[in-house]
Amino acid sequence: MTSSPAPLPARELLGPRAPLGPLLGAAMLLLVVSIPAGVMTGAADIPMRAVIATLRSALTGQAAEGVSSGTINIIWELRLPRVLLACIVGAGLAAVGTMMQATVRNPLADPYILGVSSGASVGAAAVILFNSFGLRGAFGAHALSVAGFGGALAAMVVVYLIARSPFGLVPTRLILGGIAAGHVFAAITSVLIFLGDPRAASGVLFWLLGGLGRAQWVLLPIPALALGVTFLYALARAPWLNAISLGDDAARSLGVPVDHFRRMMFFTVSLLTGVMVAISGAIGFVGLILPHMVRFLVGSDHRRVLLLGLPIGAAFMVWADLVARTVVAPQVLPVGVVTAAVGGPLFIVLLVRRTRASL
Amino acid sequence: MTIAATGLDLNGICVTRGNTQILERIDMCVGRGQFVSVIGPNGAGKSTLLRSIARAVTPNAGEIYLDGDDLLRMPIGALARRVAVLAQEHPPDVEFTVQEMVTLGRIPHRTALSGITTSERAIIMHALEQVGMAGRAHRGFSSLSGGERTRVLLARAMAQQPDYLLLDEPTNHLDIRYQLELIELVRGLGVTVVAALHDLNLAAAHSDVIVMLADGRVHTTGAPAEVLTPANILAVFEVATTVVAHPDHGRPQLLFGLPHGTSSRVAS
Repeated sequence: MTSSPAPLPARELLGPRAPLGPLLGAAMLLLVVSIPAGVMTGAADIPMRAVIATLRSALTGQAAEGVSSGTINIIWELRLPRVLLACIVGAGLAAVGTMMQATVRNPLADPYILGVSSGASVGAAAVILFNSFGLRGAFGAHALSVAGFGGALAAMVVVYLIARSPFGLVPTRLILGGIAAGHVFAAITSVLIFLGDPRAASGVLFWLLGGLGRAQWVLLPIPALALGVTFLYALARAPWLNAISLGDDAARSLGVPVDHFRRMMFFTVSLLTGVMVAISGAIGFVGLILPHMVRFLVGSDHRRVLLLGLPIGAAFMVWADLVARTVVAPQVLPVGVVTAAVGGPLFIVLLVRRTRASL
Repeated sequence: MTIAATGLDLNGICVTRGNTQILERIDMCVGRGQFVSVIGPNGAGKSTLLRSIARAVTPNAGEIYLDGDDLLRMPIGALARRVAVLAQEHPPDVEFTVQEMVTLGRIPHRTALSGITTSERAIIMHALEQVGMAGRAHRGFSSLSGGERTRVLLARAMAQQPDYLLLDEPTNHLDIRYQLELIELVRGLGVTVVAALHDLNLAAAHSDVIVMLADGRVHTTGAPAEVLTPANILAVFEVATTVVAHPDHGRPQLLFGLPHGTSSRVAS
C-alpha cells in the first residue's frame, strides 16, 4: 500500500453476523423463482403452465399436453439454455470478483476493470476471425474457450507485473494499469476485426458487448465445469482468501504460501473468466458489484461470501438478461449494456466512498 | 559451530536490498522462555531482522535454526504453527469481526477441508479471554481503538498456539498505558518473545536479553545492565544518558540528554 488506506465506512457491528442458512435459503428461493420467469419472458410471452408442462415432460418423458411444438422448441432450444447460461455466468462472475478482490487486495477489482476480460476477448476474437493457432482443429467447438483462457491468463500476468513493486502490489497501479492494458487489448481486438472477415466482424462486435445470445446446450458443460472446479477450490481455500485480504506479511505469518496461492488464484480466475468470455463476451461490472452486495449481507468471511454469491449472482444475471430482452423489445440488448448502465454508476459510488484511500 | 537443540539461533544473517546492505552477518541466540528485545535507531535493521525470522524477507546469506530445525527451508505452514507475529497492521479493506479475525489464527492447524470444530472454538475464545476481548467478539475490527486492535491481533497470534512470538514494534502509536498493558500481557503468556522495540526504557524494564543493532550489525548483546551503558547508547543513538535503578524493581532506566557540545550546534 502506498499510504494507509481509509477503511470503507463500516456499519457498526454490534451483534453476531446474520446466520448464513436462512440467507442462503432465501437466495435459492429467489433463484428458483427467477429461472421460470426468465424462461417465460421474451419476444413471445409463454405462460407459466406451458413452461411447467414442458419441464415436466422433459423429466418424465411424457408428451406435454396442450403445448405446441413451436413453444416447446422456444422453451427448450432458446430460452432454457439462455437462462442457464445466465445462471452460470452470473454465479461465475460473482465468484471471480470475490476471488480477485481478495487476491489483489482491492475492492475495485473485477475481470472487466483489470483488463482480463479484454485479454480473453483478444484470444477468442483471433479464433473467430482467423482460426488462429489452428485451435479449431485441435479443440473443435471448445477452441474459443481455450483461446479465451490463454488471453485472460496473459492479461492477468501483464496487469500483475505492472502493479508489482518492491513494496508489494500498488493499488493505484493495479487499477490504472488494468484499465490501460484493457484498452490495449481492446485495440488489438479492433485491429483483428478490421483485418478479419467482414461477415464475421458484426458477430464479433455484438459478442464483444457481452450477451447471452450464443447459448446452446452443447456450449454449457465447459463453463459449468470451470465454474464448479474454480468454486470448489476457492471455497476450500476461503480461510486463505481471508488471510491474504489482510496483507501478504500477515498471510505469511498465518502460514499461507502467499506467492504460490496467488499464482493458483490467477490461474483459476483466468480459467473461469476466459471460458465465460468465450461464450458470453465481456460482461462488465457484475464481478465488481456482486461481491459488495453479498458482503453487505453476510460480512467479509470468504466462505460465506462465496456460498451466498453463487445463487445471488445467478439470479442477478437472469434478471439482467430479462431486462436486456424486454426493455427495447422486440430488439434484444446485449446484457453487458444493461450491467454497464447499472454497474458503472455503482463503481463511481464505491470510488467516491474511498476518496481518502489510495484507490 | 553447533546448533542448539532448543531456542532460536541466527548465524551470519545478511540481507541486502538493491545495493544497500541492511543486515550484515547477524548472530543471535534466543533461549526458550526468554524475552529478547532488539533495539537500535531507525534504519538499524530491527524490523528486517524480525521479518527475516518471519520469512517476510529472504536473507542473502546465513542460517536460522528453530529448535534445531532449518527455519528458512521449512514449509510456511509448519513455521506458522511454531512462530506467530504481532506487527502493526493496517485495517483491511474488508470488514471482519473480532472473532473472525482471531479465527484466522487457526489457519496453520487446519487442512483445506476441515471446518471449525468445538475445540477450535474453545481455543479462539480462550485467546480472546487472555487479551480481555471476549466480550467484544462480534464487534467490527475496524471500529476498535488502536489498543483494542493490537490486543485482537495478539489474540490471533495466540490462537496459533505458537512457541515463539515475534513483536515487530507493536507498541508504536499506542498510548503509554496500552504499551505497558501489552508487554505485561505478552510476558504472562509463557511464550518465547523476540521484540523489536523503539522505547529503550520499555526494553530495559522487561527484557532478559537485549540485542543492540547499529547500521545492520550487532553492536552489543547481553543483559540490559550490560548493554544499556552510557558509552554504548552514545555510540549507537548519539545521546548522553544517565542510568538510574528503577526504585520499584531495580532494573536500569535511562534519562536522556543531548551530548555535551552538540546542543549548541543544533540550536545555531
